[in-house]
Amino acid sequence: MLEQTSVKTLDKVVVRFSGDSGDGMQLAGNIFTNVSAGVGNSVSTFPDYPAEVRAPQGSLSGVSGFQVSVGAGVHTPGDECDVLVAMNPAALKQHVKFLKPTGVIILDIDAFKPEGLKKALFETDDPIKELGITAQVVEVPVTTMTKAALADSGMDNKSILKCRNIFALGLVCWLFDRPLANALHMLKNKFAKKPAVFEANAKVIQAGYDYGHNIHASVSTYRIETEPIKAGTYTDINGNTATAWGLILASEKSHRPLFLGSYPITPATDILHELAKRKDLGVKACQMEDEIAGVCSAIGASFAGDLAVTSTSGPGLALKSEGIGLAVMAELPLVVIDVQRGGPSTGLPTKTEQTDLMQALYGRNGESPVAVVAPASPTDCFTMAFEASRIALEHMTPVILLSDAFIGNGSSAWRIPEENEYPEIKCNFVPEDKKEGWKPYLRDPQTLVRYWAIPGTEGLMHRLGGLEKNAETSAISNDPLNHEKMVGIRREKVARIANDIPQQDVLFDADAKTLLIGWGGTYGHLLTAAQELNKAGKQVAYTHFRYINPLPANTADVINKYDTIIVAELNTGMFADYLQAKFPGKVIKRINKVQGQPFMVKEIVDGVTKIMEGK
Amino acid sequence: MEEQKYTAADYKSDQSVRWCPGCGDHAVLNSLHKAMATLGVPPCKTAVISGIGCSSRLPYYMNTYGFHTIHGRAAAIATGFKVANPEMTVWQISGDGDGLAIGGNHFIHAVRRNIDLNIILFNNKIYGLTKGQYSPTSDRGFVSKSSPYGTTEDPFIPAELVFGARGTFFARTIDVELNISQEVLVAAAKHKGASIVEMLTNCMIFNNGIHNFITDRETRADRTIHLVHGEKMIFGKEKNMGIVQDGFGLKAVEIGKDGYTIDDVLVHDAHSQSNFLHQQLAMMDGHELPLAIGVIRDVEGLTYNDEVDHQVAEVRAKKGFDSLRSMILAGETWEVK
Repeated sequence: MLEQTSVKTLDKVVVRFSGDSGDGMQLAGNIFTNVSAGVGNSVSTFPDYPAEVRAPQGSLSGVSGFQVSVGAGVHTPGDECDVLVAMNPAALKQHVKFLKPTGVIILDIDAFKPEGLKKALFETDDPIKELGITAQVVEVPVTTMTKAALADSGMDNKSILKCRNIFALGLVCWLFDRPLANALHMLKNKFAKKPAVFEANAKVIQAGYDYGHNIHASVSTYRIETEPIKAGTYTDINGNTATAWGLILASEKSHRPLFLGSYPITPATDILHELAKRKDLGVKACQMEDEIAGVCSAIGASFAGDLAVTSTSGPGLALKSEGIGLAVMAELPLVVIDVQRGGPSTGLPTKTEQTDLMQALYGRNGESPVAVVAPASPTDCFTMAFEASRIALEHMTPVILLSDAFIGNGSSAWRIPEENEYPEIKCNFVPEDKKEGWKPYLRDPQTLVRYWAIPGTEGLMHRLGGLEKNAETSAISNDPLNHEKMVGIRREKVARIANDIPQQDVLFDADAKTLLIGWGGTYGHLLTAAQELNKAGKQVAYTHFRYINPLPANTADVINKYDTIIVAELNTGMFADYLQAKFPGKVIKRINKVQGQPFMVKEIVDGVTKIMEGK
Repeated sequence: MEEQKYTAADYKSDQSVRWCPGCGDHAVLNSLHKAMATLGVPPCKTAVISGIGCSSRLPYYMNTYGFHTIHGRAAAIATGFKVANPEMTVWQISGDGDGLAIGGNHFIHAVRRNIDLNIILFNNKIYGLTKGQYSPTSDRGFVSKSSPYGTTEDPFIPAELVFGARGTFFARTIDVELNISQEVLVAAAKHKGASIVEMLTNCMIFNNGIHNFITDRETRADRTIHLVHGEKMIFGKEKNMGIVQDGFGLKAVEIGKDGYTIDDVLVHDAHSQSNFLHQQLAMMDGHELPLAIGVIRDVEGLTYNDEVDHQVAEVRAKKGFDSLRSMILAGETWEVK
């Protein structure tokens, strides 16, 4: 059961620029404020000057800050900031207290040299550790990059260093999608009498913006609030970490070692990072030479007997298609994680979309069914990564987990599950009484799951492969009828997973005639929208799919109960099409958005209202 | 002599072998069965993993664990397999197209990582399964169905790739040299790390006689040299020819002629960490200098799979979480009552 979740903060983000009083923090903050106001945000600012006009450079008393809250309905500069830009060690030390636990620190790593650390009275050479910072830290060589950008400007070193603030501003503009044109306009006015200084700052702000683009810098500006309805121990978690941890739990519950074969790709890389750290729990995470090697090494590890996983985003999933087909044919357990981003091609690497659904369902050669699941929220990534692993291991099939950039990077309070909250995972090993004369494609007659023999076991040597096999003998077969039979078996095997997953729940049921449907990472927005609609007297039932293929066994009952069916999703209608094909008698209405941005609650409310009113 | 626990027959599956009559792959299969019996690793502790191509059918003919995978990816699949299950002895079967064209990336990275695989690279300089196109090892100008006017590109020399990727083991043999094949396969299996065995094979149908210049019975002794670690580099029908150093290169000389004595002939050192001479030996092609067969390079190095295991053990010993839950609870948490 999903926890009650709602998405907040989309409406507001707080940034604090912090540096030496000579670093131009007020200017950077002011420009960001005005640029944000220019794109329609309301703003509230809080300049935080040092008492002394010019305290010693780099000292704690010389730290100057500028906090700005931008977004919709902003009335205060915010108590705590989401992003802290720290231009030197003193700024970090003085202002880290203003950062939210889930915030991000951007620091000029060039300023964190022994000299600067000493001025800020640090006792060790690791200020992050010394301050006990657990927030995400993005180390940016601001000084180096600023110098490099102005290498040919003919300016002296001191003047060049004065532009560091504008580099940081450029990076922050990238993070929050603020157009540079407005910022440039303001800089031009500010330096109207010094065209050379304007030129330099124009160059540097672009360099900062480009740097953000180049390193795929991203911060989640969303806070997904979970109601802590259950007593227990809580921690903060983002979706990618939750995914990694769900896999680890599945490994513990199945007693199969966890193997990850992966290749860095935005926005999925944090799963690789987390699992690479988890060598302390015995996880083997291998960074392979490419996406294909990522999935292939996982297939090898699966054949060897591990819980095998590969993590990626859309372009990587495309590269892995042939490998996934092999796992379909060899009927090996495999978990494929796709943290979806804007596409096609390189698309919008740091932005969110639900546009890989068709690729996940159908993007392979031949009749190649796989199970597909989709977590609904950052914390649900834990549950669904566990479920993907359970289905893969118990049903001997690849499972694609469709996460997305929004829930992958988004974080939320999460109740740490108790010891036995999740079930044991029971692999379908070759039973003792079937070892005699066993063949690799013999299967359980109820589930159609083939029996698994782990290499190294005496007496169960066998050969798997991508060539079609005879259903009875497991030898290579070109027989036409056998092929058709095997195609049917593989399809039916995946279809029967429906008997092994939860039924589809419906919320706000009552006497509604309209059903709002969502799937995957849009849960928080859709739930909030459905709540608002019902509160406003528009009766709307809401159901959210996390099991996509197969659909829960009662899906037809759910759909057929309502007159009006509306699917809201961040693509041009993929899940709607999928349902339409399965329920041709129903007219599936749609609410779609493909902007690389999550829904806004209002968009759903308006969309549903329009359809209900027959407009 | 130690008694063998297994015979070649223990490694043979019940599947009938489907290669064309006269194909060089038959001989390799026999050599491999025999090498496995010599090594004595139980069939259940042996895995054979292949890509796609004629030679990649081989796992079906083994009574071991086997996986016939997809084109070019055997090295990546075998890497995951070995890391996950390091107790297994893993053989990887690839052809020149599978291993060096579509799978070239995985090949060089497997070598670079020094993952403990025994990779047999069947080199018949042709695509057989797709009926006769040139491969990345076909000579410049080679005429095939996809190069009717001759190719306009230079081939890879597999040994050069291996050395470029800092390989720790390279051997070469010829399908018809059963004893040498067996010898190098055993050496490849004993070597810890990525062992590459280039197997020159003959495709009867699409590239018959491609290695004839080397393999011809009449001239084979003069055009090849069997390198054995610690032994003088001597070859020729009369065993009267030797390899000597000649400036920065090598030269074939007749012993006792032009002032060259047996003392001038180089002694093969497969264990030299420097691969300088190994490269020169591997580049000999049978024309000016005899083609080298046998184990050319065999040096120790850290293997990827061992290092992964060591690191896991090391980190676990230091941090010592016994479960996911204990790891999470060691971080920042709060209570809700």
